[in-house]
Amino acid sequence: MIMGFFRKHPQIAFVLLAALLLALPFLVGAGLGKSWVRVLDFVLLYVILALGLNIVVGYAGLLDLGFVAFYALGAYVYAWLASPHFGLHLPFWAVLPLGAALAGVFGVLLGTPTLRLRGDYLAIVTLGFGEIIRIFMNNLNAPVNITNGPQGINLIDPVAFGGFAFAGTHTLLGLKVSAAHLYYYLFLAFTLATIFVAMRLQDSRIGRAWAAIREDEVAAAAMGINTRNVKLLAFAMGATFGGLAGGLFASFQGFISPESFNLLESIMILCMIVLGGMGHIPGVILGAVLLTVLPEALRHIGDIQRAWLGQVVVDPADLRMLLFGAALVLMMLYRPEGLIPSRQRKREFHAEDSVAEQEQASLYDARG
Amino acid sequence: MDIFVQQLINGLVLGSIYALVALGYTMVYGILELINFAHGEVTMIGAMVALAAIGLIMGAAPELPGLVIVLGGVLVAIPACMLLGFSIERLAYRPLRRAPRLAPLITAIGISIVLQNVAMLVWGRQYIAFPPLLPQGRHEILGAHITDLQIFIVLLSVAIMLGLWFTVRKTRLGRAMRATAQSREVAELMGVNVNTVISATFLIGSALAAIAGVMVSAYYGLAHYYMGFMLGLKAFSAAVLGGIGNIAGAMLGGFLLGVVEALGAGYIGDLTGGFLGSHYQDVFAFFVLILVLVFRPSGLLGERVAARA
Repeated sequence: MIMGFFRKHPQIAFVLLAALLLALPFLVGAGLGKSWVRVLDFVLLYVILALGLNIVVGYAGLLDLGFVAFYALGAYVYAWLASPHFGLHLPFWAVLPLGAALAGVFGVLLGTPTLRLRGDYLAIVTLGFGEIIRIFMNNLNAPVNITNGPQGINLIDPVAFGGFAFAGTHTLLGLKVSAAHLYYYLFLAFTLATIFVAMRLQDSRIGRAWAAIREDEVAAAAMGINTRNVKLLAFAMGATFGGLAGGLFASFQGFISPESFNLLESIMILCMIVLGGMGHIPGVILGAVLLTVLPEALRHIGDIQRAWLGQVVVDPADLRMLLFGAALVLMMLYRPEGLIPSRQRKREFHAEDSVAEQEQASLYDARG
Repeated sequence: MDIFVQQLINGLVLGSIYALVALGYTMVYGILELINFAHGEVTMIGAMVALAAIGLIMGAAPELPGLVIVLGGVLVAIPACMLLGFSIERLAYRPLRRAPRLAPLITAIGISIVLQNVAMLVWGRQYIAFPPLLPQGRHEILGAHITDLQIFIVLLSVAIMLGLWFTVRKTRLGRAMRATAQSREVAELMGVNVNTVISATFLIGSALAAIAGVMVSAYYGLAHYYMGFMLGLKAFSAAVLGGIGNIAGAMLGGFLLGVVEALGAGYIGDLTGGFLGSHYQDVFAFFVLILVLVFRPSGLLGERVAARA
């Protein structure tokens, strides 16, 4: 009934949603505590990442297992150009696009040799690429110190507009606003922009070409789509969003190290997409929200164990990855289209069933 | 010169282990066209189970000779891995045989992560030492050292590969496997029980993985829940190098990759003027993979062109 009301008055729904999004960090901060505002920031960051990977995996059907490498590139570019490490302090509006663009270039470099081949090669090459980038980040501290090795890069500049830096606590309009709050609004703006781009891409000529390639590459090529270039474009665009999120992450965290960019991260982002519904924006957002908030909530399992069993038997942090892996398997076996799938995707994953149903139906028709 | 010979020996030893693991990838790919991501993890489980069994045997009968104890560990690990590989195929891959391509691939990754983390919960995060049970003799040839263990690993791998070669070429099961790899449908029409063949493929591949797992942990003296990941990635690269789906190719690719990696790690410091060191060893397999994909996607011995789309 409520949904019906909103459907009849989309403006009211829009205003309510906007108000909710604007007030959210204060509501969460007051209701759950300050640490949850940071969780909220990470939710938005992961929404950007998941939507970026969704272009590659969801739209074009290319399995990219090294997405975190692009995230890492974006973050390191930001750290190099805006921290005491090289003594450079460029403003964020100059650094962010650079990081995103570099990530996009690397996407093309990596995609070119592999995209001519079958999809599974891409999966394994990207997986390797992710690890390689991490190995380089870990070891490029000698003889020339480029990445500062496993210690990572510290004291990265926060985002600043003119003299107004996103650090410490400010008092704006009589409200106490922490850096986490400010980053929330910055990330929200980027997230909304990402959602907008993702939506427009999906309905564009390129988006339809991606869907065609995903469903049948040979048929798509026969229809005149330059499959290699279009796939490359998907790869580059996904990587660009990854780089963008990396830059945001570096500025928000103020510290990065290779540890933040391991395989776990790639798998987690993939999990968000698979869980929510590949290729469907609301599904992907839901997946990102669920998988960012759940591990935070899972931390309490440790407390529960301590209360009930007197000790922590299984560290919840260890369980996290196990659950992600199991979720991937179970989703593929029982609900490959995700929690909220798009109608088209549902048909693709159940193509055989629906054909069988149609045959059944026509059989009954014939009997009359 | 002696560095060259030494790295060549090291490379051949590593390569024979890669080859054993690569066989598992290539056989499954040849028949199902699926990259069995979990295969590296099966290798790791093989090492872990063998080490656990070795520990038990050492506790129960410490007077037994070292070789017998290790053999006991291997004999426990092989059936354990076979059961694991069989169950993975049965529970996770078989239901998805007709699903879109992405589905079994994602499932395989999920399985791999689950195995890794189960191993971490069971055996912990720390490195597990391989007890010094095997003969430690060292010999000198051409100014380089070779240990008894290294000789043993290479000889055993070659023997196993010859056995596999015979199985695939000369037995009824082997013929059924080759037929299934060529065309599952036609093989089925000819009376081949395709499901049995696929199960047999997973059983054989997992048994090889178990042996390779014990070898690699004995060679490095360590086992770790994460060891299967890089090993799997390299073995897959070896399989692609030799021509995926081609059994002789996996053997050749394994040896070649091992040698390239060892020589690369030995000389990278000199080649880059000290800029990059031997800790980049893990990078070589990956570059080999990329180069093969660019210049010869069908691999060295691949008859079938790696199909597009």
